[in-house]
Amino acid sequence: MKIIKLVMLSVAILFVIFAQNNLDPYTVSILNNMAIFGILALSYNLINGVAGQFSLEPNGFVAIGAYVTALLILPASSKIDMFALEDPAPIILAMHTSFFPALLMSGIVAAVLAFILSIPVFRVRGDYLAIVTLGFGFIIRIFAMNQTKYTNGAMGLNDIPGNANLLWTGGIIIVTFIVMLNVIYSKYGRAMKAVRDDEDAATAMGINTFWIKTYAFMTSAFFEGVGGGLMASLLTTISPDQFTFLLTFQLLIIIVLGGLGSMSGTLIGAVLVMGGTEWLRFLDQNMDIFGYNTGAHPGLRMVVFSILLIIMMLFARKGIFGSSELTDIFKRGKQ
Amino acid sequence: MDISTFVQQMINGISLGSMYALIAIGYTLVYGVLRLINFAHGDIMMVGAFVAYLAQNAGVPFELAVILAIIAAMVTGILTDKIAYKPLRNAPKISLLITAIGISFFLENLFNVLFGGVPRAFSAPDYLTKIIHYDGIIVPVTVIIIPVVTLILLFIILWILNKTKYGMAIRSLAFDIPTVKLMGINADIIIMLVFAIGSALAAVGGIFYAVSYPSIDPLMGVIVGLKAFAAAVLGGIGSVAGAVIGGFILGFTEIVVVAFMPDLGGYKDAFAFIFLILVLLFKPTGIMGQDLDRSRF
Amino acid sequence: MILELKNITMQFGGVTAIDNLNFGVKSGEIYGLIGPNGAGKTTLFNIVTGNYIQTKGTVIFNHEELSGVKPNEIVLKGIARTFQNIRLFKSMSVLENVLIGFHHQANYTYIESIFRLPRHFSNEKKIKKEAMVILEKFGIADLADTNSSSLSYGNQRKVEIARALATNPRLLLLDEPAAGMNPSETEDLSNIIKKIKTEFGLTILLIEHDMKFVNNMCDKVLVLDYGEQIFEGKPSDAIVDEKVVAAYLGDFEHA
Repeated sequence: MKIIKLVMLSVAILFVIFAQNNLDPYTVSILNNMAIFGILALSYNLINGVAGQFSLEPNGFVAIGAYVTALLILPASSKIDMFALEDPAPIILAMHTSFFPALLMSGIVAAVLAFILSIPVFRVRGDYLAIVTLGFGFIIRIFAMNQTKYTNGAMGLNDIPGNANLLWTGGIIIVTFIVMLNVIYSKYGRAMKAVRDDEDAATAMGINTFWIKTYAFMTSAFFEGVGGGLMASLLTTISPDQFTFLLTFQLLIIIVLGGLGSMSGTLIGAVLVMGGTEWLRFLDQNMDIFGYNTGAHPGLRMVVFSILLIIMMLFARKGIFGSSELTDIFKRGKQ
Repeated sequence: MDISTFVQQMINGISLGSMYALIAIGYTLVYGVLRLINFAHGDIMMVGAFVAYLAQNAGVPFELAVILAIIAAMVTGILTDKIAYKPLRNAPKISLLITAIGISFFLENLFNVLFGGVPRAFSAPDYLTKIIHYDGIIVPVTVIIIPVVTLILLFIILWILNKTKYGMAIRSLAFDIPTVKLMGINADIIIMLVFAIGSALAAVGGIFYAVSYPSIDPLMGVIVGLKAFAAAVLGGIGSVAGAVIGGFILGFTEIVVVAFMPDLGGYKDAFAFIFLILVLLFKPTGIMGQDLDRSRF
Repeated sequence: MILELKNITMQFGGVTAIDNLNFGVKSGEIYGLIGPNGAGKTTLFNIVTGNYIQTKGTVIFNHEELSGVKPNEIVLKGIARTFQNIRLFKSMSVLENVLIGFHHQANYTYIESIFRLPRHFSNEKKIKKEAMVILEKFGIADLADTNSSSLSYGNQRKVEIARALATNPRLLLLDEPAAGMNPSETEDLSNIIKKIKTEFGLTILLIEHDMKFVNNMCDKVLVLDYGEQIFEGKPSDAIVDEKVVAAYLGDFEHA
């Protein structure tokens, strides 16, 4: 079992190095996209799939992560040039680190905010998490628009140093995957699943459900923050409009398709959905069907995706993997 | 500040509060009966506003367009439940919530594809948009009409809930579904009724919104829906009176803060969220709420 | 007395579910709570486990007052329970269900689990071994890797009791342990309960309708009717008590 895992890990690492050095830029950009959405979806699946607490937070935490990393790796001189609406606050000018600490900082800030949100939400039953996190996404956007001396408002941030490449995104998705599995196969992961299956029974086993949910939520937030940082450096430009609910919705499709609670499924889901988004691009554009021009329909892809989501929930709720991992399936195969 | 500005802002507050209240009732009824946050509710309000707009464009007079909009919203609400929620009554709650988000996103994007994302001007007859000048108070007629209509609708709803057999069944369903089944009332009809009432009120709220601002777009229901839900929680989820009180508190706060602290204007949309967090922290059952989770064991 | 209830009254919005109840359970006893449906037995369990907060009165466990202690903390003080309608963690295996009970006996932090530090492995190994020991006592060790939802009804009951036992309780609350079982399953279960009671030094408070089971198991019973105590004493005396018989007949009439 251990050998299989090591082989899979080495193959993954070798593939990342090979792809970065040998594949064409378009393919690499798609792989980067898949890796970032993979990181986000893996972490999103921990709170939704494993702990069973329906949350709509990713866009908010990704935005925070993106802004923190961008502001930390942008040199002070470019901040002064860029901030057009108001001069940057002194703290914004003073903060500067290299890329890796910036990513860590993104994760930490997101995790701390997740903790603060946990207090009102998880003291009551988890019902309100979805609506509070949905609202949180809007609030973050409102702040990004209005706090112009910290964020440059609607104009966003440009010329962010492009430190990220496939080695970063690929490396971090591997780390995220391992961390998620480590959590799932520990007493904390078991307790998360217990809370998902039956919260009252979990309490009756002495589990402090508040902390278990909070751990899951903070861990999700941490990696979403890191993913946001990667995204900022990869795109080199960010603005408040990038982090709308659409982002969260795409991640939701990924985890539902792969299987709520399954990290292996999430990876497959990320490849399928990001690949599918690319492939379905034609839907949003002009089409000639039997000589009849349909005109451009921005958003048609999202109609297709939302129908897909509803159909999945109605007819194939377990997704591709159910809630099991590849390793579980191997184990079952042996028996 | 002079007294007429004050009165004028109060009237605006009542008007905005009425709109939130109308939409919040739908959330509170559905949550009471199904324990479901119906994410699509805000979008049903959008559907109502769009149907009124399209009907008017097709030459239908405003009054008839309103009725068509209400019918369209009721049909959308009931169909949503029948197609997407009903098959999942016994599924884990998370499936239901995901489906609700899916419906919400579907409606928003469908209307986006069909009609484009650019806001469209919404026209209303002169008797609604006329401006009244009275002793320094300057307000459009709508802000007077909105609370009056809301009040009438509210009396009708409370009458249905308290005096009719089906209304009483809705209230008992909010506490314990099996008991109602024993009483020989078909729970499916009750649930359908809840969606019908909620959607009809949302359509009226949507039209008020469209007349007041006066424009509509496919995403208009998102923020309003979120705020109305916050209002429902503030008032006490499950309680119709609570939803109305919550709606008014939220409406007043927004108007007052924006009128007297213009610097905070950009954060207007954030107040609902802050209310939501404060209520959850200090009184999760809200102002009028009962603890719906009590009888779980 | 390991558990004492003094003047317990419980009202739900004007309806009195339990009316001024007093009783105590001695250490090492098997104590039965019986009475018609709706008599307030499960409500009483929920008060002891902290799920409900009584309107009046005090609960004393092991010389300590329990009011205001949260349900998950009460487990750590040594009270474990099962549910009337078996509530296993359905997506998990039998072993995992029992391991949840061992949650607090595995000493490693969240950070240690993320980085897979040595304490993670040593503690997981320890609690898995102990969990298997418990499963063996219930004769279901061979089902350890089976998904809990695919078990027979009798075995699900056993897993639920095993899981409660894993929290290392001094007092075990069993809510209708024999419900839905056939006579041979019931006998099997009563033998196991008696066995674990001695081995783990338990005190047991149980709710049951099966009078044969109660007679066979309990040292003492308390009969409740409409939230009021109508009898306390030996089970053999209960079945001939006039009030008790009347209460049960009343129940049949209602049904």
